[in-house]
Amino acid sequence: MEALLNRYRNLSVLLVAILAQLVLLAYQVKSNGEVRLIRVWSVAAVTPLARALETGRSSVAHFFSDYFVLLDVRDENKRLKDELDRIQMDNQFLRTQLDTADRARSLAIFQSQSPSKTVAAHIIGNTTDTGGTMVIVDRGSGSGVRKGMAVITPDGIVGKVESVYPMASFVLLITDPTFAAGVISQKNHVHGTVKGQGHSTVIVDYVQNEEKVEQGEWFYTSGDDLIFPKGLPVGEATVVRPGKARKEIYVTPSGFQNGTEQVLIVVEGVHVPIPDAAPGEQPVHLLDRPPVDSTSTAPAASQDGPESDADRVVDEYRKIGEAEKHVYGQRGAGAPNYNLSPSDVARKAQDAKTAESHAAPPSAAPAKAAPANAAPASAAPAKAAPANAAPAKPPVKPANP
Amino acid sequence: MTEFAEGFPEQGRKKDRVSKFNIGAMIGIPLAAILFQVYVPQFITYLSYLELPLLVTVYFSLMRRSPVAGIFIGAGIGLAQDALSRHPLGMFGIVKTLVGYFAASVSQRFDVENPMLRMVLALFFVFFHEFFYWVLSRALLGQAVDFDPQQKLVEAVLNAAVAVPLYHILDKLKVTG
Repeated sequence: MEALLNRYRNLSVLLVAILAQLVLLAYQVKSNGEVRLIRVWSVAAVTPLARALETGRSSVAHFFSDYFVLLDVRDENKRLKDELDRIQMDNQFLRTQLDTADRARSLAIFQSQSPSKTVAAHIIGNTTDTGGTMVIVDRGSGSGVRKGMAVITPDGIVGKVESVYPMASFVLLITDPTFAAGVISQKNHVHGTVKGQGHSTVIVDYVQNEEKVEQGEWFYTSGDDLIFPKGLPVGEATVVRPGKARKEIYVTPSGFQNGTEQVLIVVEGVHVPIPDAAPGEQPVHLLDRPPVDSTSTAPAASQDGPESDADRVVDEYRKIGEAEKHVYGQRGAGAPNYNLSPSDVARKAQDAKTAESHAAPPSAAPAKAAPANAAPASAAPAKAAPANAAPAKPPVKPANP
Repeated sequence: MTEFAEGFPEQGRKKDRVSKFNIGAMIGIPLAAILFQVYVPQFITYLSYLELPLLVTVYFSLMRRSPVAGIFIGAGIGLAQDALSRHPLGMFGIVKTLVGYFAASVSQRFDVENPMLRMVLALFFVFFHEFFYWVLSRALLGQAVDFDPQQKLVEAVLNAAVAVPLYHILDKLKVTG
């Protein structure tokens, strides 16, 4: 027997190793139990290294962005001798920095304003599965994270915590084929279950063909799954069509829109009502206009005086027309005397007014005595003059001196 | 004739030569390979097809030239990889145990320091690994996983192309004397 074992030593060891692993596998599958010790060891071995790598990568990335970008700007400046280019490059760099800061700020603002209690986490790696539908975040049981907690961003849901270790957690992404969550449509409040497919879109299942769901309609978490609080955006329906048994609804998850470098883990969820409008169409509160500053002259001029030279010319010609009792645009009426000085215009207007008051009794119809265009200048607003009343150029000679 | 005759013992000695590595390299390299697979694909997505833990398993099994060592190397790396996946422990473990055993068995018959042979072996073992993993997923876990032979072959070729320079670098870590 010993000789036999010695002869087939390699094969015996192989069989024992395979058998041991098969038993391990069978135990896990049958009892749904977990061999936690080996996983804890592996995660404990890999997480600090991944964290160190991430820190190193960030430092190197910052170094490159801070040093080499500026070096490029300086070289550009030397080569082109153009101050404007340098400013534009600086501007671009600062905009990028601002975008990054804005993203972090929006996450912080969302976290502070959300009724749910959340913990911010950083994604530090993928799991070893092909396809990368599970990620590792740098928050574990030490930060209060528990299995089954929801993982979100301000834009929507990202996934749920699948397993928790002291310093890290595995998060099953919404795109994973085994992911499922209860959802409700925004307009018609149709209930369904969102499921991952292994790629960028997800489907909403268990919606009957008779129920009404529109393309472009938003889906929110319904809270039925007891994992995601009600009212979190899930995504927009991009394809809606009737299927054999149930509707086929494809949804683009909104949680990944602005990247998933940082996420929030919902430690204590609070249900909120489904909003009436989609996230992009929600009404924005606007303040009233500020009061007009009395010391400033420009706004006052724009309110009741002529705003430009063209307005002044139109105003002047309107007054001439009124003084000459000329109706602009009337066929066969000729043209008024555009060479009248302002004092002549004022005098003629006064005469016309006096004649009107003496000639027409109060009971008489005013239509013939005072044409509409002969009204006092102050009664008509500056912009009331018809646009075609002003010629492009004043004539050199008067048509009717 | 004389030269030809003298060539055989030389070849034989080369085949029998067992490469040794210090303990740091034996632990650090597989850990780095697993870390690479965990960390890098989140920035460079297409590198997720690179099976560095498998390539390292094949390398150490080939160099140690002992089937028993190959079994333990494969099982260790495979279980560590399993621990960082969402599958039950043992899936990668069983497949890599077999890879380690077969790679070590092959190394007893061939000159595994030849780059071309290394490339062919890496190609074969990557394809074998993917196929056997698919078989186990269907048979043991009952998962309906797709297996596209053409795609897997392309992945195997890419991994084999990476394996040759990788093994050349790892050769530098061998303990001499």
